[in-house]
Amino acid sequence: MLLQVRGLTVRFGDDVVVDDVSFDLDSGQRLGIIGESGAGKTLTSLAVIGLLPDTASVQGSIVFDGVELLEKTDAEMTLLRGNRIGMVFQEPLTALNPLMRVGRQIAQPLRIHRGMRMKAALDRATELCARVGLPDPERMARMFPHQLSGGQRQRIGLAIALACGPSLLIADEPTSALDVTVQEEVLKLIDGLVKQEGSSLVFVSHDLPVVATMTERVAVMRGGKIVELADTRDLLDSPRHEYSQLLIRAANSSDDDFLNLARLGKT
Amino acid sequence: MTAMFQTESLCRTFKLPRTRVLGAHASRRALDSINLTVNPGDRLGIVGESGSGKTTLARLLLGLDVPTAGSVSFLGETLPLADMKSFRRQVQAVFQDPRSSLNPRMSVADIVREPLECLNIEESHSARVDESLAAVGLSKEICARFPHELSGGQRQRVAIARALASRPRLLIADEPVSALDVLIRDEVTAVLSGLTTNLGLTLIIISHDLKVIARLCDKILVLHRGIAVEHGAVADVFRSPTHEVTQRLIASVPRMPVARNAP
Amino acid sequence: MKQRNSTLVIGASLVGFSIAVFLLSFFWTPYDPLEIKPELSLTRPSAAHWLGTDENGRDILSNIIVGSRATLVVAMVSVMICMLLGVSIGVATAMSPKWVESPAVFGVDILLALPTVLLAIVLTAVYGPSTSTAVVAIGLALSAPVAQVTRREVKSILLADYVTAAKTSGSGSLRIVRKHILPNLRASLFVQASGASAIAILAEATLSYLGFGTPPPDPSWGRMMASLQQYLIVAPIFPLWPGLAIVITVLGFNLLGDGLREALDPTLRRQTD
Repeated sequence: MLLQVRGLTVRFGDDVVVDDVSFDLDSGQRLGIIGESGAGKTLTSLAVIGLLPDTASVQGSIVFDGVELLEKTDAEMTLLRGNRIGMVFQEPLTALNPLMRVGRQIAQPLRIHRGMRMKAALDRATELCARVGLPDPERMARMFPHQLSGGQRQRIGLAIALACGPSLLIADEPTSALDVTVQEEVLKLIDGLVKQEGSSLVFVSHDLPVVATMTERVAVMRGGKIVELADTRDLLDSPRHEYSQLLIRAANSSDDDFLNLARLGKT
Repeated sequence: MTAMFQTESLCRTFKLPRTRVLGAHASRRALDSINLTVNPGDRLGIVGESGSGKTTLARLLLGLDVPTAGSVSFLGETLPLADMKSFRRQVQAVFQDPRSSLNPRMSVADIVREPLECLNIEESHSARVDESLAAVGLSKEICARFPHELSGGQRQRVAIARALASRPRLLIADEPVSALDVLIRDEVTAVLSGLTTNLGLTLIIISHDLKVIARLCDKILVLHRGIAVEHGAVADVFRSPTHEVTQRLIASVPRMPVARNAP
Repeated sequence: MKQRNSTLVIGASLVGFSIAVFLLSFFWTPYDPLEIKPELSLTRPSAAHWLGTDENGRDILSNIIVGSRATLVVAMVSVMICMLLGVSIGVATAMSPKWVESPAVFGVDILLALPTVLLAIVLTAVYGPSTSTAVVAIGLALSAPVAQVTRREVKSILLADYVTAAKTSGSGSLRIVRKHILPNLRASLFVQASGASAIAILAEATLSYLGFGTPPPDPSWGRMMASLQQYLIVAPIFPLWPGLAIVITVLGFNLLGDGLREALDPTLRRQTD
């Protein structure tokens, strides 16, 4: 079992924002976490990678590859981040350092975790740019984030997250800020890369159709709790919890008008 | 029947900051030769990705911006009208972000009342505020509350109520539900949909989300990089899109997988 | 649960203390601050004179107490001037068309570059040293940073959808300023005023020290430092008192400003989904 989360509870003072969350993730598996805003999805993923703000108090257990993460110091977590666990964020503009060329940003984890020298790391960074589907990778690597489009920035974000071949990739709303055509491309990219690397994936989103196509299992979160955890297919066909049923019904009906007009079938 | 809105070769170009001290200004063509007709009772959806010019078009239609070339006419008169107050009484708007579309320091009552005060509406203001709130499904007791006490869906409904206060004939909604949670989206979409049936409003919805357009509109205009690439009835355009941009947009919409136990 | 805002508490206490001393000065001082007793020149702190006496035998404590008047009056009035002027300019420039805004911003930038003290010296040379000259000089000089910060804040408020909504509701510019901009500037203005007060107090002390502020015989902390500084090596305790008074008051306002910013800053929210 790659990742085992048991009884994860996150508090800000008296406010319980993640409430007794438990789930497993095996090697190569993909888990979706779905819910509305404020449900605790992002905080759960931040807890796993150890990036919760200092004001948060955490209880429970997060065991990654046999090691209890909640006992680790920040310095120890730094060794894991970008190395064994990679994360892609929602807003490509703020997740990248505006003052550093993107090639160097991809090179950073390689230098820190693989001890590569700058030249070798930059070469590998250019390869990764190509791998994430950026045309003209040598030129792209020398660009600054503001010179790139949202979709291109998100590809860079992926390159950084995957640079050291992590066994776990956490994607927190990676396409929510992107145009719908770009979203489709980036999702395909994530799908392909995760398959190639054999990594596990935790995919956080509020968008049910997206989660449905990207993952095999889904955890539905509401008010900090997981109200249902099931195989994606089972959840879509016969959701058990009332809240899941609401979500699925809403997503389906929202689809229906569009699909009827377009005379398209479901995927 | 006079069209409500008519645009003729509408263009809007923005000057970009100089990159060299003595160089010329570069420019960005946000809208290029848009010809648009909106008839009373229409429910038009304006669709496009970011940078397509949809918000620029909305601002031009609302008289918040001036075209670089071409014109916008409302009921036959070119904007800006001599009597802008009359225009504003008839054409109202709802904006995207429920967090910033309401003044955090004003109560709901003050917010909804603002157009009544500014546009010299003669009816009883408090009665009109109550009616507008009721039209969006909110009760009177929300009047004393402040935006931070409301949920995203409630805020958006207050924004719609504000737009309805002056009894407008046309409502422009710029991404009205994009920032809302999925379950809330339904409620607000239903409110907007009801406005056309119950109040006979002409609706212009701007969105990047084709599903929202499908639910609310009967006509559609597709923008791409400032150019109108396709327009027509929603059913026709969705079923047989002629332009490749439209085709890509339709194909990229994320869809729910088929249920196994579906008929 | 909000974390205890100790900065705000300490700042408010210090400022409160200074204001209390200021009010006290109108009712009671241990001695007449102006009374000269040459035989008591430079006595060390004692039961009779808690802080000692200056070179003319005047009770230092009484002078400190009454000296707070010059400091706080100058600070308060000059802050009022700079806030009124600065906010008006800031709001006006933020809402003006480019061709008005650019030269105005340029002008503000120039004013920003002028040191307060230099401006005061120029005005004093023309109008003679006095409390009012100091007040005007400080007020003018401080209006520049206030105008700059206010202009940026107003520009950011103008981007909000509720301002656009006000325009589509038929609201004119004046109404937008009154109902939408000023109420949302309030928090920032409190913070700016606190910061400006701290600078104003320091500026007044500097001006008095240089002889450009409140003229004798009215007590003033800055002038006290100037006259007592010659004893710094021999008996540092004498210039210490006015120096301490200045430090405490300035620190109080600075902490108050920081504390207010912490308390009122809506962006310091925890990260949510």
